[in-house]
Amino acid sequence: MLGRLILRRIALGFVTLFVVSLIVFGGTEVLPGDVAEAVLGQGATPETVAAFRKEMNLDRPAYERYAEWLAGFATGDLGNSLATQRPVADIIAPRVPNTLILGGLAALIAVPLAVGLGLYLAMRPGSVLDRSLTTGSIAIISAPEFLIATLLVLAFAVQLRWLPSLARVPSDAGVLQTLRALAMPVATLSAAVLAPMMRMTRSAILNVLSHPSIEMAILKGVPRRTIILKHALPNAIAPIINVIAVNLAYIIGGVLVVEVIFSYSGVAKLMVDGVASRDIPVVQACAMFFCSIYILFNLIADIVSILANPRLRHSQ
Amino acid sequence: MTDTPLAEPEPRFHRPELGFLGWMSVAILLFWVVVVIFAPWLAPYPESTILTNQSFGPGDAENPMVFGSDYLGRDVLSRLIFGARITLGLAFTATMIAFVLGVTLGFVAGIIGGRTDDFMSRINDAFVSFPSIMLALILVSAFGSSLVLLMLTIGFIEATRVYRIARSLAQNIMVMDFVEVSRARGESIWWILRNEVMPNAFIPLSTDFGLRFTFAILLLSSLSFLGLGVQPPFSDWGSMVKENQAALNYILFYGIKVAGAPLLPAVCIFSVTLANNLLVDWNLSRSQQDISGELIS
Repeated sequence: MLGRLILRRIALGFVTLFVVSLIVFGGTEVLPGDVAEAVLGQGATPETVAAFRKEMNLDRPAYERYAEWLAGFATGDLGNSLATQRPVADIIAPRVPNTLILGGLAALIAVPLAVGLGLYLAMRPGSVLDRSLTTGSIAIISAPEFLIATLLVLAFAVQLRWLPSLARVPSDAGVLQTLRALAMPVATLSAAVLAPMMRMTRSAILNVLSHPSIEMAILKGVPRRTIILKHALPNAIAPIINVIAVNLAYIIGGVLVVEVIFSYSGVAKLMVDGVASRDIPVVQACAMFFCSIYILFNLIADIVSILANPRLRHSQ
Repeated sequence: MTDTPLAEPEPRFHRPELGFLGWMSVAILLFWVVVVIFAPWLAPYPESTILTNQSFGPGDAENPMVFGSDYLGRDVLSRLIFGARITLGLAFTATMIAFVLGVTLGFVAGIIGGRTDDFMSRINDAFVSFPSIMLALILVSAFGSSLVLLMLTIGFIEATRVYRIARSLAQNIMVMDFVEVSRARGESIWWILRNEVMPNAFIPLSTDFGLRFTFAILLLSSLSFLGLGVQPPFSDWGSMVKENQAALNYILFYGIKVAGAPLLPAVCIFSVTLANNLLVDWNLSRSQQDISGELIS
């Protein structure tokens, strides 16, 4: 029963990934004529455009190209970059760890801090700390990432001169140098994710604690420890996991801006450059990379929720 | 250790006072409305005229500049004022498009239900399974980024989010007793929509409008900051932040004042989104909701 439910959820994840691939492919190749013009320039003759279309296989029906593209993806052949003619897989592969390190470090800092703070505030709703942090977090939520990043650069790179303003990490950089380069990008990302995550955790816990069963337990004289561990926590895990998964959307959105502003050589910067130069195969590969991560985390969140909360097992 | 209750129930206010922050927010938003409407009269210079050959300078006796010049020698203040028109105008129109599209389709799906609803909602789910900035990048790389296309792109992305809320609102209202009664009375679907669904969905939808407007501003600004949004000769606040990034390297020579060129447009964006979010938060707190729960998607 449980196994089947989880398998079904995993299958649903693959269906979502398939649909996403349809949209990515359809979206990026919807105007093939335009692409030829964008790549070849305004002065392209009809002959060169036709030749380009043939070379790109754009003269063949879309569904055939889609099937080929998808098959290529499954086997690791992501096509060639239009700008450099190099295989996309070779361009993207060295950048994947960079982006994962950036996002991972930000999550590593933000998630425990956000969940801890959210829990702490939920235990003391209405206190001075609670009110100031919940209002203060609105300020961070409202701030575009580039404002946070610019302020950090002004403070730590320009005024104090503690940190480099660009996150260029040479391949032979030591741990300390890498950490110094990554400090501000990670701080920007963590701040951007921390605020909404903390608020959501807080309201998720408050929601659980206001449940009649908790009130009943208090009235029955169940010890506080038992209430938290046995009654509140199992019900709160699912919402908290959900909060974490949902906030990955912020990390993915934030990574784009942060990698560009600090000129960090990750997948997000590659994608932004690809969109600017209309390098379709690169954009497709990067989009699939980010969407797969997004779908994967939502999948994990759902499975953990199912495991943590037996009631969800019977919802369908 | 004494046993204290785990959590006090949150104090229940029926209508919390707007308070200092609330009134400040209203004032900030009104200020920007005035700026958007009267931009040509308020701006000291035309937005794209190069007034000095000094980047990030203070202007000269002939053309004094309050906030200095930008990287091309144009007046930062005038560009901020005209930028307000593009950022706020475009984001507002996109949000309107999102609501017309999302609410109409969401209500249709929620009221008709059945196969129609399943079909529409599955398609919508596909678009919601993207982070919105990813979707924006894909659409921009496909269609390009003229002002109209940006407006439609952001409007479409937000519409997929509005659809979900409108649909579930309509679904919830349709199972209420008073709808049952009017159905039994023989009222038409159209009548029910106008007299039962719309009035009951209005308040939650108007709160959502505030949130969507903030999102539209942030999404547009991020796109422009990445160089993929508003293109020259037009410029919005996000593209001003991008084009004046170089000012940060001039601080060593000219002092901290030059940081205004990239910082001020970002602060303008922040003033609108913060004011908007504070009002939305106040609005939600009246109904015991939290802004953060609405923030995602």
